[in-house]
Amino acid sequence: MLSIKDIDVYYGDAQALDGVSLEVEEGAIVAIVGANGAGKTSLIRTIAGINKPARGEIVYRGNPIAGLPSYKVCNLGIGQVAEGRQVFPTLSVSENLDMGAMLPRARELRAKNRERVLALFPRLQERLTQAAGTLSGGEQQMLAIGRCLMGAPELVMFDEPSLGLAPSVVQSVLATIHELNREGLTCVLVEQNVAVSLKLASRAYVLENGSITLSGTGAELLADDRVRKAYLGM
Amino acid sequence: MPAEIYLNVAVGGILTGLVYGLMALGLSVIFGVVRVVNFAHGEMMTIAMYLAILAFSALKLDPLVMMVPIAAVLFALGYAMQAALINPFINRPEHSQFILLVAVAIIMVNVLLIIFGPDARNVMTSYSFDSFQVGPLIVDATKVYAGAAAIAVAAVLFAFFRFTYVGQAIRACADNYTGALVVGLNVKQLYALTFGIGAACVGAAGAMIVLIVDVTPALGPAYTLLAFIIVITGGLGSMPGALLGGILIGLTEAMAGLLFSPSAKSMFAFGLLVIVLLFRPQGIMGKRVA
Repeated sequence: MLSIKDIDVYYGDAQALDGVSLEVEEGAIVAIVGANGAGKTSLIRTIAGINKPARGEIVYRGNPIAGLPSYKVCNLGIGQVAEGRQVFPTLSVSENLDMGAMLPRARELRAKNRERVLALFPRLQERLTQAAGTLSGGEQQMLAIGRCLMGAPELVMFDEPSLGLAPSVVQSVLATIHELNREGLTCVLVEQNVAVSLKLASRAYVLENGSITLSGTGAELLADDRVRKAYLGM
Repeated sequence: MPAEIYLNVAVGGILTGLVYGLMALGLSVIFGVVRVVNFAHGEMMTIAMYLAILAFSALKLDPLVMMVPIAAVLFALGYAMQAALINPFINRPEHSQFILLVAVAIIMVNVLLIIFGPDARNVMTSYSFDSFQVGPLIVDATKVYAGAAAIAVAAVLFAFFRFTYVGQAIRACADNYTGALVVGLNVKQLYALTFGIGAACVGAAGAMIVLIVDVTPALGPAYTLLAFIIVITGGLGSMPGALLGGILIGLTEAMAGLLFSPSAKSMFAFGLLVIVLLFRPQGIMGKRVA
């Protein structure tokens, strides 16, 4: 579904990604694991069209998308739940959801998707008129996921969805991602909670200093000594 | 002096201030969303004023009728400026954006000088010397029309930002730039739209103010400065603040002109700015920045 071949990304002179290649199959959960600063967010932002790769190819459903602006990438069905949630703090919850459906591909589906999102997160229904900035962290994460689903995505990249959330909320966010995947959504998951994300993932990649150093099924990586030592503290 | 005269001048000042407020609203909207300070704001105001004067002298079209078409022309000018000139500068340092817009402003002043010359021009409508009388209060008809039109335009703008998806999307860009990219908003196009809307405010304000003020090309920089004073007094980025700031500055100028001398107007407007900055640095309706 999504195929990345040998991309390099720079911020000025500093190289963030060096020859990264990976594959995302339709219906999969693909985990990307790595330390802070390894380039996980850069990778997601590059796929999303927010950063431009200096070299390499990104192919989505057979079409090259490297270098397309982010609004065009989104409209192809690649959604993103960004690090830090990135809700619109002074807009109401309802307006935030509407912003997710501004994509041409999603405009007609606005009412239907809204129903689906509010069924998935009843808490948002209670807070529709409230400013998003006044929500708790967990509620903001629900809103960020809901807003992304309003765009009718086929593939969603989740960047640290559990960061800064209470443990009980972390469980429910990850359960939601699992549930969305079972309903057919392809997921890319960047998660500090390595053990859980490898358990969920059908395929996983380890990113270190801007390069992929290891890949395999989630179970293989969970059993790998290097992963256990570096990321699981075992 | 009879007591009524104070009231008359105060009401006239408030009505003029509403038009100032509409002009400043444009600056505030552009800064609040695009985070670019439009140093050519007053110059765009004078362009709108000359358009109104041309339409009146050539075709006898009333400035109040021309308000909408002139706003549309300025919208197109603003949209084109953002799309062609400012978007490429959006990630450059602020001083290069500043110089870019100052350059645009100077070019505008000089083009107006070449076309229209330095002499003051105005319009003489059939109602230029009419006035309304309510009890002891006497107000110029031109100021009443201009003030009412300013309120109408501002109301349309508030409704646009509140109730339309595009208006909400523009507020979303102002709220969280990264968030706007993430959900797939076309931020550059929305920026161009915003600059166009800000310019349209100036266009409408310019068409109205020719009823009250004579125009010369040199008025441009003075209006840019005035728009800044108003926006900073009212609170940077606050739309109601811009209108309120306009009313206060209009009132201050009018009272200063009456009580001291018309040439002391600017002095008192700046005095108000200094007082506001001393006691409420974020402006009257501005949000405190942590």
